[in-house]
Amino acid sequence: MEYFFEIFFDGLTRGSIYALIALGYTMVYGIIQLINFAHGEIYMIGAFTALIVSGVLGALGLPGYAILLMTLPVAVIYASAYGYTIEKIAYKPLRNAPRLSPLISAIGMSIFLQNYVLLAQTPDFLPFPSLLPPLDVVDRFHGVLSSSEVIIVVTAALVMAGLTAFIKFTRMGKAMRATAQSPRMAMLVGINVDQVISLTFIIGSALAAVGGVLIASHVGQINFYIGFLAGIKAFTAAVLGGIGSIPGAMLGGLVLGWTESFATGYVSSDYEDVFAFALLVLILIFRPAGILGKPAIQKV
Amino acid sequence: MRKISSAFAVAAAVALMGTAAQAKDIILGVPGAQSGDLASYGLPTVNAAKLVAEQYNAKGGVLGMKVKVVPQDDQCKPELATNAAFKLVSENVTVALGHICSGATKAALPIYKESKIVLMSPSATNPELTLGGGYPNFFRTIARDDAQARLAASFAMDKLGAKTIAIIHDKGDYGKGFAEWAQKVVEESKKAKVVLFEGVTPGAIDYSAAVQKVKDSGADALIFGGYHPEASKIVMAMRKKDMKIPFVSDDGVKDDTFIKVAGEFAEGVYASGPKDISGNPLHKEAVEAHKKAFNAEPGAFFDNAYSAALALLNAIEKAKSTDYDKVVKALQTEYVETPVGKIRFDKQGDAEGVGFDVYQVVKGQFVKVQ
Repeated sequence: MEYFFEIFFDGLTRGSIYALIALGYTMVYGIIQLINFAHGEIYMIGAFTALIVSGVLGALGLPGYAILLMTLPVAVIYASAYGYTIEKIAYKPLRNAPRLSPLISAIGMSIFLQNYVLLAQTPDFLPFPSLLPPLDVVDRFHGVLSSSEVIIVVTAALVMAGLTAFIKFTRMGKAMRATAQSPRMAMLVGINVDQVISLTFIIGSALAAVGGVLIASHVGQINFYIGFLAGIKAFTAAVLGGIGSIPGAMLGGLVLGWTESFATGYVSSDYEDVFAFALLVLILIFRPAGILGKPAIQKV
Repeated sequence: MRKISSAFAVAAAVALMGTAAQAKDIILGVPGAQSGDLASYGLPTVNAAKLVAEQYNAKGGVLGMKVKVVPQDDQCKPELATNAAFKLVSENVTVALGHICSGATKAALPIYKESKIVLMSPSATNPELTLGGGYPNFFRTIARDDAQARLAASFAMDKLGAKTIAIIHDKGDYGKGFAEWAQKVVEESKKAKVVLFEGVTPGAIDYSAAVQKVKDSGADALIFGGYHPEASKIVMAMRKKDMKIPFVSDDGVKDDTFIKVAGEFAEGVYASGPKDISGNPLHKEAVEAHKKAFNAEPGAFFDNAYSAALALLNAIEKAKSTDYDKVVKALQTEYVETPVGKIRFDKQGDAEGVGFDVYQVVKGQFVKVQ
């Protein structure tokens, strides 16, 4: 039974990270029907920024949690600035173009950012300091749970709860929901759609950066390429949960994380991806819109 | 079209002129990765060949013939390797030093065999190249992949006394190959049991579940086949979960980046790597020559390549001929002093006296285990 819980928590940790990144995919898709393939790179840039900032702060001799508290906001702001700029440069000029054009633009952006970091930083793997402080309470259950896993899950839960509240209760959240339903109608009732789209990119990028910083300090290393696989998996999670649906992305992330962990734990890690994608195929056969997605209604 | 054919004509003419001029030379072909992302594996071999050729030429050449080095790029790609081989054969190479990657070597080998040209690789480690038995013209100055796995597995069983062993690999050719050989060695020895054999996806965000499974399997030791990025993630996850079992891995992990990334968690990790040759005077001489000629430290497989070039030219000298059969015989019978040690080749083409040692991370450095 202990083994079951260990695997369960591993899956939960992994799933929380997937969910954080998946939210960015799903929010952007919900509003402008674009799959932002550069999103995985934002996650990577968030982690890289954190590495640089924490390196500087660490040299000043600050304690771990202080570094984390100062690093996270910087990484979030920096990654958000990237998200905002990418939208302005690569997607906004193509907003009325055929849907394939921004998709190609997104792929181009993704490759550009990878290579930019490769050239500006390094192609090597870099050690990432473990910023997540050890918690005495958790460490008593050492082996079953690690404190960094607990911190990741709790932080992800708080961030997602905050996002849900923001979408549900604020004016801006309402504007986002309205734009998701129909950008043209939203514009007609006086919503600044450009602003809403920018905000969507900023929020999505911020979430990805949080995910990037958390996982990098959990596994202790990064390089320019970490965004690729994480991005693909998070995109899978978003589709699994129903792309465009915010609770769907959260659920999809967790389901994917657990599927992978349990496949590894009880079958074989050789088949981790097989199970993950078999699940995706099954869900799309029986619920084409994803677990929580609403079937697309032809707007007339 | 006309442009292309005239370009061909010019190229052919140049090639003909080239061969005519070199009729009295020993042509040492050096096929291998010389551009592209794996160039760093192949370029040191070209440098090594040039240095050895210079050394012989300064003494008046081999059997009175000058040694001429002809590099040929294959980018480690099998399809380019066959082109490179045809090119070298058409330029009448005497012997060839390469290819660098196992896949490229495998693709090009039949072409050299057909033309009766000895090919000696400084770096192709795929066991089938020699064990397959199909290529009497193939030699190498590096140990086979299974040599490494054999060493790692027997180290885990005999020196570490492991009775139950978990084996993890990265699903890649190199890592999985290593893991499968290790598994075979353990199973055949009957001294220990393989309790877990699994592959993990390189680049996955974490390996906690796989590590948890190793823990649950109750293994006394973990053998990992693959490269350092996955190895450091796995070691760090293990140590964070309070697993203290030994971690034994391969040459892909015996890399300073591994220590840099895994930091304190790297301590105590075992990895096999080529024998330490830093005490060999010929090695020092070769490195000095390289520094003098190219003003830089030599790169990957430099010593193996330098040794291979020495072995080839020595064999021609001892055979007193460039005749294929005589050269092969000399390679198998005559010992030669090289930077990787005193070597000759067995019937299959593997160098006797070349191999691996086990290293351990001690205070942030790989140190040879006695």
